[in-house]
Amino acid sequence: MQSAQPLPQNNRRPAKPPSWIRKFFQSPTALNLMYVPALLLFGVFILYPLAKGIRISFTNWDGYSQQSTWAGLKKYSLMFHDKKIATTVKNTLIYGLGSTLLQNLFGLAYALFLDRNIRGKGLIRTVVYLPVIISPLIMGYIFYFFFQYDGGALNDIMIWLGKEPLDWLSNGPRAVNIITLVNTFQYMGIAMIIYLGGLQSIPKDYYEAAQIDGASWGSQFRNITWPMLAPAITVNIVINIIGGLKLFDVIVAMTNGGPGYASQSLSTMMYNLYFARQDAGYAAALGNLMFVIILIISMAALIMLRRKELRL
Amino acid sequence: MSKAVSRTLSVLIVLFHLIPFYLLVNLSFKPSNDTSSKWLPPHTIYGGNFKNAWVNAHIDRALMSNLIVTISSVALVVLLGAFASYPLARHRTRWNNFVYGLSISCLIVPALTILVPLYKFVVDIGGMNHYWATILIQVTFSLPLTIFLLTGFMGTVPKELDEAGLIDGCSRYAIFFRIILPLLKPIVATIIIVIGVQVWNDYQFSVFFLQKPQVNTIPVALSMFISQFSNNINWVAAGCLIGMLPLTVLYLFLQKYFIKGMADGAIKG
Repeated sequence: MQSAQPLPQNNRRPAKPPSWIRKFFQSPTALNLMYVPALLLFGVFILYPLAKGIRISFTNWDGYSQQSTWAGLKKYSLMFHDKKIATTVKNTLIYGLGSTLLQNLFGLAYALFLDRNIRGKGLIRTVVYLPVIISPLIMGYIFYFFFQYDGGALNDIMIWLGKEPLDWLSNGPRAVNIITLVNTFQYMGIAMIIYLGGLQSIPKDYYEAAQIDGASWGSQFRNITWPMLAPAITVNIVINIIGGLKLFDVIVAMTNGGPGYASQSLSTMMYNLYFARQDAGYAAALGNLMFVIILIISMAALIMLRRKELRL
Repeated sequence: MSKAVSRTLSVLIVLFHLIPFYLLVNLSFKPSNDTSSKWLPPHTIYGGNFKNAWVNAHIDRALMSNLIVTISSVALVVLLGAFASYPLARHRTRWNNFVYGLSISCLIVPALTILVPLYKFVVDIGGMNHYWATILIQVTFSLPLTIFLLTGFMGTVPKELDEAGLIDGCSRYAIFFRIILPLLKPIVATIIIVIGVQVWNDYQFSVFFLQKPQVNTIPVALSMFISQFSNNINWVAAGCLIGMLPLTVLYLFLQKYFIKGMADGAIKG
């Protein structure tokens, strides 16, 4: 595609690189150089820290000094006996699995509703999806106004109904449930859109044939809609589990892990151990635990769902 | 379901999902001495909260930081991602398949789990409170998805185009820049939206690596502002509203692309 260049008038033509270099750069192997920057970044910012994190978790490092003493498995044995960590793991699982369940339930219900081509479908989609693009931190603050004790929007309703106002976020398990609901509210739009896409890809003749055979709505849903939605279900469950297990911003905004440690997730707890308690070795050990938990759960979900899909 | 029922249901759904935004807008226009219920509209519309939030949260500075980090991260991730995907999609040796597998498996490493060593590393290389470190980290953690989407898309571009280019005397690099790159527009749009929203709203990285007020991004600046003025809920509301406005406006104008792009990103991811 090079256009013919006029020959340079002077004799000081730039020296051409030796032919073997040119040959190398023309070979398909040289193309591999193009992924070197990406690999370097992975190595430097993911693989190296990953390995380093395993080392740190065996030390008493405080997070800033130059020396640290070897701790062996102490941090891990501490972790498995720490009641706070047990609560944290439980909360993380509730955040992850609870919001996955709810997002899929509501997402599917909304998608089934929207699939009926009702009026205002576009508006519903826009409004339900809007929180997805908003910072989860801001979303957390907005919902804090809703659930706060003094002058909170929900307590105003309680008072109008003649009930006692409640300090919604002061009770650990309740705070965990509320945060799960907020996360669901924010991200159910994604599940809805994916299910809607899945529903719209089902050929309409399937339903027509079923109707001719006299199948009820329930039987049509069980035998046509549900199996045809399998890929969408896989995607939704996997992305929601991973997102929920990593929950951080909303917790920081709504309870900051409180009261006490009652609503901490693994990620907020790690932050806390590192910056507030300056126990970097412990925080690194917790990070490794979180890595293993997320890996096992998302792999298990993926394999289970893939297998189910194949069977259908 | 009768028409009346489904119409009522639609209205209820829309109202329900607008509640948080109604409360937010409502609060941000109320003067601080108006302590009526959050549900009731303000007696008089008061704009002072916005001015106070803008000044005290240093939104102008934070906005600049956000723009710098987001634009550089997205530009770099598209560029490096496209570079990396070309040999991975077009030159499928066993080694390259391994490299591809390695890149994709980085997708499941949650950034937070390696926070401690990453933080130490950034301190060691002197990247604390510098944009470049945060940008490189954002790029690194966005690259796996980008490579995944781009490699998949390049696989659908017919190989005959490359061969035609080769016959016409194009170098392999010229083929990439002149033939492949221009064809990637739709998937690049998806990547810009998915990664752009993610980086723009990011709190977990910025709160660690951009701690100095001068380089705070919007979420971090807001969280500082809110912990400082938590008793003045109207300022806080105004700050939140300003913080979410840029993306909300973009979303309302380009919602078709946002919804489709983010769903595509999720499905293929």
